[in-house]
Amino acid sequence: MADNSPGFATIARSAMSVFRKDWHSELRTRYAISALLMFVVTTISIIAFALGGESAPVDVLSGMLWVVIFFAAMSGLARTFVTEEERGTAMTLQLLAEPSAVLFGKLLFNLVLIVGVNTLTVALYTFFLDGFIVRSSGVFVVTILLGSIGLAAASTIIAAIIAKANTKGTLYPVLSFPILLPLLLTCINATRLATEGAFFSEASGEFQFLVSYIVVVVTASWLFFEYIWKD
Amino acid sequence: MKLFLLLWMSLIIILSIGLPMVPRPEFWYQFPIIPGLEDKARIMFFHVPTAWISAIAFLTSMWFGIRYLRKKDLNDDVKSSTAAALGLLFCILATVTGAIWAKFSWGTYWNWDPRQTSIFVLLLIYGAYFSLRSAIEVEEKRATLSAVYSVLAAVTMPFFLFIMPRIMAGLHPGSADDSNLGPVVSSGGMNITMRVVLYGSLVGFLVLYYWMWKLQVRTVALDSQRQP
Repeated sequence: MADNSPGFATIARSAMSVFRKDWHSELRTRYAISALLMFVVTTISIIAFALGGESAPVDVLSGMLWVVIFFAAMSGLARTFVTEEERGTAMTLQLLAEPSAVLFGKLLFNLVLIVGVNTLTVALYTFFLDGFIVRSSGVFVVTILLGSIGLAAASTIIAAIIAKANTKGTLYPVLSFPILLPLLLTCINATRLATEGAFFSEASGEFQFLVSYIVVVVTASWLFFEYIWKD
Repeated sequence: MKLFLLLWMSLIIILSIGLPMVPRPEFWYQFPIIPGLEDKARIMFFHVPTAWISAIAFLTSMWFGIRYLRKKDLNDDVKSSTAAALGLLFCILATVTGAIWAKFSWGTYWNWDPRQTSIFVLLLIYGAYFSLRSAIEVEEKRATLSAVYSVLAAVTMPFFLFIMPRIMAGLHPGSADDSNLGPVVSSGGMNITMRVVLYGSLVGFLVLYYWMWKLQVRTVALDSQRQP
């Protein structure tokens, strides 16, 4: 029996096309990116004002960073699927691309988006909030990187789910929070370790967990995406 | 079966509340006194089974969700959502009995102990599951999306339910502060009479859960004129 399913190379090429389509579409209008950046600036300013010049303990600031990152993700990462539904292009995309290609293309897009946003968030956060001093930057960079990948992975599959529902906006954080909670707790812990100046080996437990979280979520997304995507 | 269930649960309730607690149990029908808890330890016979059932219900919901994805039989979706509804009920019961036990054992109803946090997250997952279901009108789509969500939650849940409370420091039995896995799971942790009553209670609650689930599935099937 002939094997009609496309090989890895075809899917990869397809995924890159989906990614490029979303990328160009976004650069053309720049709605999402500018809204996200303004969201980050606003949130960090609010935190700075709320602290009122006092400095909070660095543990609290480590946690707050991930609050900002989580809500920025909730603001911006659903767009890639929701706009397909809103613009009416979802059906066309279904016909043109394999489900895996759609998933990985949009996952890549969300990944690039969230890594960019998180870099800005971290920069602004460190700049505005004096109490937040990172002693082991290596641990911190790896935490942000792994955390962003995990965030993108979970957010993309949940975005695919809610894109088909009715009340998209408010449902997104509600569905994402329980799934993302293990990731957030681990990242907050690792950030705290980074501010205390821990070595790589001390944070390795956290990193192992983050890597396994990413693997588990991406695998589950890949296995079940087709059921969500196909009508 | 109803009569059997009634008799069994009545027996469990009578045994758990009625059997005397003495410092040195000599006869088979006596419980040992646990220092610090004394009579209030009897809540264990209701708290532990409801917590286990809420996890079992969640896994059942996921199981039928996957079956729906494979066969597209809407009866499987009914079974999945009923299991989730019962799971939510038992989860609320477990949380409340846990909070009551925490009050007289640790002094406060809630203190974000890892085990308490994990049952709270389970509540959040159930809440999210039902919010998702209420946001979709088309039956097949609703069934598909809630099945996928329950699988997604099921792959991230073991961390909360099984791993985190055991490796983190906390007040609940079986945490990193404890010397063993907690009196229920590890051997030699609990007096044999208590163990028997606890397992009996677990069986009773399981049968209760199964009966309620079967009843609701049949009711919904009859309501929608489908073949049960």
